[in-house]
Amino acid sequence: MNYSAGKYDIAVIGAGHAGIEAALAAARLGCKTVVFTINMDAVGNCPCNPSIGGTAKGHLVREIDALGGEMGKTADECFLQSRMLNRGKGPAVHSLRAQIDRRKYSDVMKHKLELQKNLELHQAEITDIKKSEYGYILITRMLAEYEVKAVIIATGTYLGGRIFIGEVSYESGPDGIFPATFLGQSLKDLGLPLRRFKTGTPARVLRSSIDFSELEEQLGDEPPIPFSYDTDELGENKVKCHISWTNENTKKIILDNIHRSPLYGGKIEGVGPRYCPSLEDKIVRFAEKKRHQLFIEPCGLDTEEMYLQGMSSSLPEEVQVKFYHTIKGLENCVIMRPAYAIEYDCVDPTEMNATLEFKRLEGLYGAGQFNGSSGYEEAAAQGLIAGINAALKIKGKEPLVLDRSTSYIGTLIDDLVTKGANEPYRMMTSRSEYRLVLRQDNADVRLTPIGRQIGLISDERWERFNKKQQLKAEELKRISKIVIPPSETINNILVSRETSPLSTGAKLIDLLRRPQISYDDLSPIDITRPKLDSNIFEQVEIEVKYAGYIEKQLRQVEQMRKLEKKTLPKDFDYREIKGLRLEAQEKLNKIKPLNIGQASRISGVSPADISVLLIWLGQ
Amino acid sequence: MKSTTIAAISTAQGEGGIGVIRISGEEAIVIADRVFKALSGKKLCELGGYRAAFGHIYKNNEMLDECVATVFRNPKSYTGEDVVELSCHGGMFITREALRAVLDAGASPAQAGEFTKRAFLNGKLDLTEAEAVIDIIKAKSKNAARAALYAKEGALWKKITDIKSTLVNTAAHLSAWADYPEEDIAEVTEDSLKEVFNNALTQLNRLLDTYDKGQIVKEGIDTVIAGKPNTGKSTLMNLLAGRNRSIVTDIPGTTRDIIEETVLVGDVILRLSDTAGIRETGDTVEKIGVDLAKNRLSNCGLVLAVFDGAKPLDENDIELINSLSDAEVIAIINKSDLKSELDEKYIKSKISRVVKISAKNGDGFDELEKMISQLAGTDSFNPGEGILANERQREAVLNAKTALENALNAVNFGMTLDAVEVDLENAIESILELTGERVSDVVVDNVFHNFCVGK
Repeated sequence: MNYSAGKYDIAVIGAGHAGIEAALAAARLGCKTVVFTINMDAVGNCPCNPSIGGTAKGHLVREIDALGGEMGKTADECFLQSRMLNRGKGPAVHSLRAQIDRRKYSDVMKHKLELQKNLELHQAEITDIKKSEYGYILITRMLAEYEVKAVIIATGTYLGGRIFIGEVSYESGPDGIFPATFLGQSLKDLGLPLRRFKTGTPARVLRSSIDFSELEEQLGDEPPIPFSYDTDELGENKVKCHISWTNENTKKIILDNIHRSPLYGGKIEGVGPRYCPSLEDKIVRFAEKKRHQLFIEPCGLDTEEMYLQGMSSSLPEEVQVKFYHTIKGLENCVIMRPAYAIEYDCVDPTEMNATLEFKRLEGLYGAGQFNGSSGYEEAAAQGLIAGINAALKIKGKEPLVLDRSTSYIGTLIDDLVTKGANEPYRMMTSRSEYRLVLRQDNADVRLTPIGRQIGLISDERWERFNKKQQLKAEELKRISKIVIPPSETINNILVSRETSPLSTGAKLIDLLRRPQISYDDLSPIDITRPKLDSNIFEQVEIEVKYAGYIEKQLRQVEQMRKLEKKTLPKDFDYREIKGLRLEAQEKLNKIKPLNIGQASRISGVSPADISVLLIWLGQ
Repeated sequence: MKSTTIAAISTAQGEGGIGVIRISGEEAIVIADRVFKALSGKKLCELGGYRAAFGHIYKNNEMLDECVATVFRNPKSYTGEDVVELSCHGGMFITREALRAVLDAGASPAQAGEFTKRAFLNGKLDLTEAEAVIDIIKAKSKNAARAALYAKEGALWKKITDIKSTLVNTAAHLSAWADYPEEDIAEVTEDSLKEVFNNALTQLNRLLDTYDKGQIVKEGIDTVIAGKPNTGKSTLMNLLAGRNRSIVTDIPGTTRDIIEETVLVGDVILRLSDTAGIRETGDTVEKIGVDLAKNRLSNCGLVLAVFDGAKPLDENDIELINSLSDAEVIAIINKSDLKSELDEKYIKSKISRVVKISAKNGDGFDELEKMISQLAGTDSFNPGEGILANERQREAVLNAKTALENALNAVNFGMTLDAVEVDLENAIESILELTGERVSDVVVDNVFHNFCVGK
């Protein structure tokens, strides 16, 4: 017998990285929120890899933090080792990446959910979602009925999950947790088009079975830099990672057994990402490459499980043992968990608005892998936006849509809902046309005022943010005024950095403009320098050095905004404009872009079609 | 959306024997029926597409002219709408009156380029075709018409894609290198970047060079015929133009204004000015003409300096020779049919291109034509190579060039590669704009601004 389990404002299905941010944001904005997890021990699980951040993903974590999300703080609390990637390649592509204690991360997140006011965490599998007068009714496998105003679907790889290891396959969520087997049909009944995507993870091996003696070490940065603007310092790095390589033997074993891979044997129908392919994918697609790199990373401080980044596979366990054993350092490794591929249901994200609400189902939102993305950070970013928008809607407020020029989060969501995803979508710095503006160092400048306005930034943090901006402005003023006279000290510094010495005095700011010269280089002659947070110096230096570029990009942002201001009608049949190509008519009818800017980014809508739209609009 | 019905004269005004009024839009046929009465008594709305009727055009019940009305039914017309074309017997006045009648009957005057804009909106033309149409309309010589067609078929596009693909490859490499720091992707070296940028810059510069040549082909060369009075300048101009335009007499000083004429010499368009003869004069009217001519000499692209072969050089000839400065010059020794009295050696020592003709009977004209072609560079000009056809394309290439120069400077200056990549992507964007792969508001406006009313 069904029983009533009460009324809530917002229900979140899934307590992974997307579900957590969605639920916390909704509850913090004052909505009575319930979040469902299939397994209470799987909250905030990291089944793919034991790290947070990476190129562009590090930007996302910083942005989530700047808006008032939780991922960055928790990652800092659980950090094992941290590195700023791409240090030599310029500030636009600097990205923070941290190894984290995977179990601890899950525990900390679960505890935060438990402690959050307005929030209830339940272990339950949702089997059915029905529309109701109130909004929606969710039914659990135990036949509890929850009445809610809005639902956020964040099912990750659980929805219709199926694991593949060679010839073996079975219905399962990640890490052997049972999957959500009923909900898919219910969503189809609601009219959501589902499709199959695929992802995978490498084996975990026993630390003591690895011979580290000849492997290259990879150490963290000292001092490690935190993700969160709330974290003052992280302390020391706690672990080392190691690097090894595959070889011709590895390749041979994989090619000899390629027919046993479910992907190549045709058993997996799901589309896998090009970005983190399985080892067999890499070997088949890049046949000319003799070796592939792998990273051996600890999964936590109180476990001996080691993660083999880069060695994802869906080959039979027996073959896995063989090929892992060909790798230097892993000759005698003991596999604790085999690598596997997992296939799951997700939705076509073009069914959603940029608020992440479904166009045809008011009050229903999607986030994370369910929306066709890949990665914890991408998931968390969407969860945060979906949670915020569901709450704003219930409060009767204007929705939050971040445009591409504000953030990687905005870029991610715009890409998903405008272009759709033909494979799991991974964030990359090259996806942003405004890279020099959207840096990881200035996420707070870009987004904290927005987070404050929404109500996710505390008074204390807001005050700290403003203080920091003030100090930054003062520092900029200071270096624009101070003139450094030519001296042996400064000229020695300049010459040692291969840049021309001074013959007359130069302003500090002009010295800092030189690409070869950093703040640190100038400290011997900069005697009045105040003691400030290193992030302030970082931002000042970047803004000075890249001023020309930043200005240029801001002008492009203006141009883009102009196109975004040319709004298109919501209910219009584009078939009426005969000058549009057939494909463009169909795509425009499907996506219903809000404006010319968005229309121009739809794949299948050519610039000629955009000219037709512009001229049509101008009539 | 209901659009208005528009009308305009679609033949060049003042030229040709027939004046055509085009009416396009939902009410085109109804409106045409209000002003046109067929001899057969049939209404145009009873006719199918591609049907014509003979009759008369009326204004305020007054018969204006004989007229053939041709009906085109949507979507099988130039604009994709219902279209009626009224062909009158011409005469600018009658055609204008007929248009006025059509406008009085309910049509709106067409804006510049509006027929083509409608054709474009109705999917009859794509943007590149539309641009090529402008060039075809404007093209005045064979070469130019050919170049425009080639542009449409993609000669320029192909050249551009070559440049584009190298740049896109480089940008992709930079992205991969930045986005996958832990994959072993080959480092992008400064030297390799400089090489790519320099190569692309060379190609872009070459493309920009073609623009000037292309302009010569399309627009013609501003040419002045100069010489002292009565050397046969007007006769030469008439020969070049193929009909009598200037007043030709034996009295010195009969040409007092600068008379302009566009003529085709071989494959080259010359925009000719026949000037008053340069000589010291007391006649005020003539003096103004002479000053004008002198001014013209320094502002044109080509001077045809005409000398009288039957007379010795005098001070006026010398003054002309001395006043030739920057422009390219061809010395034409006229009156080869008469006995030579001229010091040719002196002229040859001052002017490298010399040709002897008889403007009267046309001798030496072929040689002159060849010389002009050579000078304009059109004899070596292959329109199939792909040239920049218009200002928009030139600007896109210039922007790409500037962006690439910035990228190169950034590398040389020691900027990090993320900044270099911003410049590189800007260059690519400009190039994409050129191939029509990205179109901004401004571009479209520009395109349609360039259309003339007729088509």
